[in-house]
Amino acid sequence: MKILICLSNVPDTTTKIKLVDNNKSFDKTGVQWIINPWDELALTRALELKDDPDAAVDKVTVITVGGKDAEPTIRKALAIGADDAIRVDAEPRDAFYIAAQIAEAVRKEMYDIIVCGIESSDYNGSTVGGMLAEILEIPSVSAVSAMNVRGSEISMNRDIDGGKENVTVPVPFVAIVQKGIAIEPRIASMRGIMTAKTKPLNVVPAVQEESRTEYAGFELPAPKAACKMISPDNVRELVDLLKNEAKVI
Amino acid sequence: MSVLVYTENWDGKFKKLSFELVSYAGKLAEMLGTTVTAVSIGSVDQAELQKLGNYGAQKILHVTGPNLDKLDNQVFSSMIVQAASKEDASVVLLSNNNSGKAIAPRISVKLNAGLVSAVIKLPVSLNPFTVVKKVFSGKAFTNVVIKTDTRVLTLSQNSFELIETGNKATIENFNPEIDTGLFKTSVKDVEKVTGKILLTDAEIVVSGGRGMKSPDNWGPIEELADILGAATACSRPVSDEGWRPHGEHTGQTGKIIAPDLYIACGISGAIQHLAGISSSKYIVAINTDKDAPIFEAADYGIVGDALKVLPELIEAVKEVKSS
Ligand SMILES: Cc1cc2nc3c(=O)[nH]c(=O)nc-3n(C[C@H](O)[C@H](O)[C@H](O)COP(=O)(O)OP(=O)(O)OC[C@H]3O[C@@H](n4cnc5c(N)ncnc54)[C@H](O)[C@@H]3O)c2cc1C
Ligand SMILES: Nc1ncnc2c1ncn2[C@@H]1O[C@H](COP(=O)(O)O)[C@@H](O)[C@H]1O
Repeated sequence: MKILICLSNVPDTTTKIKLVDNNKSFDKTGVQWIINPWDELALTRALELKDDPDAAVDKVTVITVGGKDAEPTIRKALAIGADDAIRVDAEPRDAFYIAAQIAEAVRKEMYDIIVCGIESSDYNGSTVGGMLAEILEIPSVSAVSAMNVRGSEISMNRDIDGGKENVTVPVPFVAIVQKGIAIEPRIASMRGIMTAKTKPLNVVPAVQEESRTEYAGFELPAPKAACKMISPDNVRELVDLLKNEAKVI
Repeated sequence: MSVLVYTENWDGKFKKLSFELVSYAGKLAEMLGTTVTAVSIGSVDQAELQKLGNYGAQKILHVTGPNLDKLDNQVFSSMIVQAASKEDASVVLLSNNNSGKAIAPRISVKLNAGLVSAVIKLPVSLNPFTVVKKVFSGKAFTNVVIKTDTRVLTLSQNSFELIETGNKATIENFNPEIDTGLFKTSVKDVEKVTGKILLTDAEIVVSGGRGMKSPDNWGPIEELADILGAATACSRPVSDEGWRPHGEHTGQTGKIIAPDLYIACGISGAIQHLAGISSSKYIVAINTDKDAPIFEAADYGIVGDALKVLPELIEAVKEVKSS
């Protein structure tokens, strides 16, 4: 069984966002780029399954749509343990554009399980995985918080509003994963970092595709008014404010 | 032309988010000079369906049939796409909840439509069609232009007010064609959270962090939530430690919520935590450290020991509630 993990290269979650270029873009200087947290957990789970003899996973590949500047992130995934990597050489334009690029790579080499994160922590789209499945006309399971593989049988837990369902779908399919899929992200070992340099990173050209949406500009939230401090000896005042000023209770 | 809105039901009932969605669709249709059609999948009785009319749906397409009580992304998106074609929809609207996130991208591909998820208000321009959403986990807003003539939007929960129109909708049975081979998702087991207010639906949330010291100290959080009709939540380390269930963790890697009131007890206010709660209309922070970052995000703050403040808060709320 082969697993493909879609990796999005995102600014570290603590990055302070500063707008530049007339608010058309954000300042990338000094930004630390990381594997999108959910994709990192997805990779971790895939590697756990590969280590499990009952799961029969032979290969874990990672794919990123991005420029050469995304390669350190891809190398990090190889160091953590992915077997090989694909970089589609293109600046991501929108979710559809990205999904179309990944779909092309999957058409060239079929994978049994394709995994996307539930959202990229930069543009918060939650859309690439579903689009990819639709372009490929294969099933998708969303909000997956657990995945178990026994031979060819794959079962997953997915979140629904108000609960959880245990589901199965036939391969190939796209799993869109979230919290719970793995607990702690696996980190690269010294040996992993050494061997990452020699693992295949295949750079493939982008296919011609139009984007359907465009970011027209950014805005920072208005600074919040100062917090009203209330003495711990006068908790009643807080309740009065919530009732009469905020009108929320 | 029309605005098509997919209104999910839960065991035959709609929720506040369904009515938010229809209210939004109504205002959007007004801007576009068109009408709202809602599509409902699975059995829902007429009185319940008619509630959608009250919030602005002119027409309701009701799909019933076997195997429609569990979500299959391919089947559901295919049915909604058929409804969109039938109604000549220029906008298809879904909620940005679990099922909306699962099917909206598929619908957008089938309709060759641009998709923007988690929009927070009505379009700021119709030409070009421009909507607003949050990016960088709430650290910025962006205007997104959709370039296609058909658009798919998902609406952030709790970001639009309810508008009752008193309208009565016409209800039509709708029978889209579905290839039975398309049903590929089989649900083996369901685990439901019962009797509790869902975190994502709650208007008030009482949340605890590591400052609560021990899982044994959650009594007052639960009691306060109970008297406020609120849901309970927690920070990530609290659920990682197993003090509270995983479903309660809010933040960038947990649930992202936007209640009217979020009460943070013993939570430092790390940026990843704020990413999940900063859309709350009001935030109350109770923390022993006056320099804790949570006070920068909060509207009301008490510097003090949550274990002492909470019982007093409970008493004060009880008093106000009974007066
Ligand atoms: C990639 C990534 C993703 C993350 N995602 C999330 C996420 O989604 N959600 C999340 O919550 N965290 C997340 N974190 C973790 C986050 O960085 C913080 O570590 C976490 O939010 C801290 O939780 P806390 O506030 O409960 O604990 P602490 O930071 O330990 O804070 C405890 C607070 O309680 C106060 N306190 C102590 N005693 C009392 C008392 N008696 N009464 C009142 N106050 C008291 C202290 O002053 C302190 O401010 C993430 C981290 C990373 C790296
Ligand atoms: N540029 C990209 N290259 C590869 N995968 C991506 C890219 N962008 C997003 N993804 C995948 O799609 C998921 C959801 O991203 P999004 O729809 O952008 O929120 C991510 O967690 C990744 O798995």
